[in-house]
Amino acid sequence: MTEPILTLANVEAAYGAVKAIRGVSLSVPKGAIVTVLGANGAGKSTILKTISGILDPQKGSITFKGENIERRDPADIVRRGLSHAPEGREVFPLLSVRNNLLMGAYTRSDKDEVARDIERMERYFPILKERADQDAGLLSGGQQQMLSISRALMSRPDLLLLDEPSLGLSPKLTKEIFAIVRRINREEGVTILLVEQNAALALATADYGYILELGRIVMEDRAAVLAEKDDVKEFYLGQKEAGVRGERRWKKKKMWR
Amino acid sequence: MQFVQLVISGLAQGCIYGLIALGFVLIYKATETVNFAQGELLMIGGFAGLFAATTLGFPYWAVILVAMAVTAVIGFLNERIILRPILGQSAVAIVMVTIGFGYMARGLVTMIPVIGTDTHSLPVPFRGEVFRFAGLVISAEHIVIITVTILLCGALAALFRYTKIGIAMQAMSQNQLAAYYMGIPVKRLSSLIWAISAAVAAIAGILLAPLTFIHANMGFIGIKAFPAAVIGGFTSLPGAIVGGLIIGVVESLAGFYLMEGFKDAAPFMVVLAMLVLKPNGLFGERLAKKV
Ligand SMILES: Nc1ncnc2c1ncn2[C@@H]1O[C@H](COP(=O)(O)OP(=O)(O)OP(=O)(O)O)[C@@H](O)[C@H]1O
Ligand SMILES: [Mg+2]
Repeated sequence: MTEPILTLANVEAAYGAVKAIRGVSLSVPKGAIVTVLGANGAGKSTILKTISGILDPQKGSITFKGENIERRDPADIVRRGLSHAPEGREVFPLLSVRNNLLMGAYTRSDKDEVARDIERMERYFPILKERADQDAGLLSGGQQQMLSISRALMSRPDLLLLDEPSLGLSPKLTKEIFAIVRRINREEGVTILLVEQNAALALATADYGYILELGRIVMEDRAAVLAEKDDVKEFYLGQKEAGVRGERRWKKKKMWR
Repeated sequence: MQFVQLVISGLAQGCIYGLIALGFVLIYKATETVNFAQGELLMIGGFAGLFAATTLGFPYWAVILVAMAVTAVIGFLNERIILRPILGQSAVAIVMVTIGFGYMARGLVTMIPVIGTDTHSLPVPFRGEVFRFAGLVISAEHIVIITVTILLCGALAALFRYTKIGIAMQAMSQNQLAAYYMGIPVKRLSSLIWAISAAVAAIAGILLAPLTFIHANMGFIGIKAFPAAVIGGFTSLPGAIVGGLIIGVVESLAGFYLMEGFKDAAPFMVVLAMLVLKPNGLFGERLAKKV
């Protein structure tokens, strides 16, 4: 593995009294795609929010490009080269598609380069060019997802946090978006930390994976290895094994150790 | 003729309501708070202008700038020091704080010996002049009010439509969380919007001065500007101006054609009618906020 661009060490975060993640440690190598898998409510989005500074951790440290970034202002973290495409798209509904992209580049002041990057995004997702002057709220869910990812890339991040890019999309569109995510990773060298419900697709896309349960990391390995593990197959890939063994495991429910 | 004359003076008065309403709407959109001290900021702007004109002997344009600068700083500090610490409290608490700020401002101004409870007149270069054409007699004060309001609205529209900072202000009012994700400095822009709203109120104060004089209670006009914001839908900047114009004209006509007393009640009757017929206001956003 190359040197990590992002490292979390024993990070804990909570919403008021509700502890959402407990002692999470993970690292993302430069240039890689790393995925975090887990059931609903496991704390995946919380990890991403804590990294991008929307939520302050109660404990632990977050290191990005060699510097501590925990408890910093979200704007400061964006400026350092970390961008977050949040769960549920969160576009600016009454701004035009183009102005949404422009807002993604808020922290930049190189106007000409920003214009060129907008064109680049419009080449990845031609629909964004077609609808450039339309309000973003009028786009379909899938189109809004493309806008959300493009908008996050407009800050020219070194690390992109992607939260459930497939949410609410057709399988076909999901595939297309993942193909572009891979291209962005390969062609532009953007490191990606991906949270995804579609575990099969996530493991096929990522180099390395973590499995999160009730706010704790319970397993980690190369994505190809994870995809072959029985537990993962059973609970995340939906391939329940037949026979006595499968029966027993089912009763054990989800207990990792 | 009489009618047209009344409409024109109503429009001028309406511009003042519209400008104050603009402040309500700007702040509401950015921070989801209603600043009931807009009227007091207008009053402070009036006195700042008075000081610049009489004590310092500044020309009219500089008087406007001084008034804007002074109130902008007060608006900015008001948000920074008084409101930000209580952000997240109940809406009622925040509204009470803005009302309290208004009372305090009025009290403090009255305590300044040279001001007290007297009325003061702001020297303006066009005092008492009138223009006549086509049988109409229009006072220069009304023309100045209408012209300055048009210019100011143009400037604000350009700010919000074409500058990065203005678009970011729109963005944060539509989806504050996403604005944080983009690295938009939401808190700094909120302070800036309070400053802009205060400066707009100050301009309204300077424009109003030739009509009503400057006194510690001139801020009560804010109570009439509030219906203007409601008529416009409370989330629309053009709506605030249109709402102000409607209130101004209705008030002017009611004051002339109807019995004594209707004049001051008219704005609220318009609002009641409005809330029954079109609850979202003329320009209300139908799109629900996400955050
Ligand atoms: N804004 C919030 N306020 C209070 N509790 C929250 C909030 N957001 C999340 N939680 C709680 O924190 C825990 C982790 O939530 P999180 O959103 O990180 O889950 P997730 O793994 O992203 O789930 P999903 O796959 O459904 O998106 C859950 O128990 C959730 O109820
Ligand atoms: Mg989530």
